[in-house]
Amino acid sequence: MKLVYTWSTIVIMVLSTTVGDILLARAMKQVGDLGLLRRTKGLGAAVKAAMLNADMLAALLFFAVGFFTLLVSLSWADLSLVVPATASLTFVTNAIAAKLFLGEKVDGRRWIANILVCLGVMLLAK
Amino acid sequence: MTLRKYLVLVAMVVFGSLGDLLLKRGMSQLGPISVHDWTHAITALFNPWVAAGVLLLIGFFAAYSSALSWADLTYVMPATSLGYVFIALLSVFVLREDVSLTRWLGIILISSGVAVIGQSHNTTDKVAHGPEAIL
Repeated sequence: MKLVYTWSTIVIMVLSTTVGDILLARAMKQVGDLGLLRRTKGLGAAVKAAMLNADMLAALLFFAVGFFTLLVSLSWADLSLVVPATASLTFVTNAIAAKLFLGEKVDGRRWIANILVCLGVMLLAK
Repeated sequence: MTLRKYLVLVAMVVFGSLGDLLLKRGMSQLGPISVHDWTHAITALFNPWVAAGVLLLIGFFAAYSSALSWADLTYVMPATSLGYVFIALLSVFVLREDVSLTRWLGIILISSGVAVIGQSHNTTDKVAHGPEAIL
């Protein structure tokens, strides 16, 4: 039963992280290079530009769900299971979502890299 | 990719993995959270280990946002998975833990995945407008 609970938290984390990542990536594309903004207009302006973006605020909401689910999950299971399992599944969902919702050109090279990393993370979790 | 940008990716890896480690330490101290009492997940924030982990994760978030402001999500993801390799190497050479053959294989797969992505452009825009697109 504990295993069912742990995997339920992993599924919730994968979904909330994917939605959060897509929203954050979209927000940052709108804001532009933060490093450049910081050097030209100062740190305050860069933080303000990032934090006042609507997509960023929505992303934070989803990351908060993911964070509290992580706390519960870590209270039940090992770090070496929870983090790699969540990460490797998120690799696949993020690659698909980035192609669909962000229009990123996920070419053969990126798919190969994603699959290699995903398999590697799964092996680390064993 | 400038040195500054590589440093942002390194900061993500270090803050992210150390942050998770501190969260785990705190949650082990507090014990399992009951499904019927989720409020314990909020009071857990007052545990010093969890609080320190949250601070590091805020640092991770800042670096992650910065990386996504100049690179694609599908570029940043594999690049940061080097963090798992970092943790594994740390556990071998610092904590003197035994790392199984399966885990070494995992480390090799992740590293080769990162090597593949490392040779590509970091944004979709640059791929479209790069010299290859003109030719």
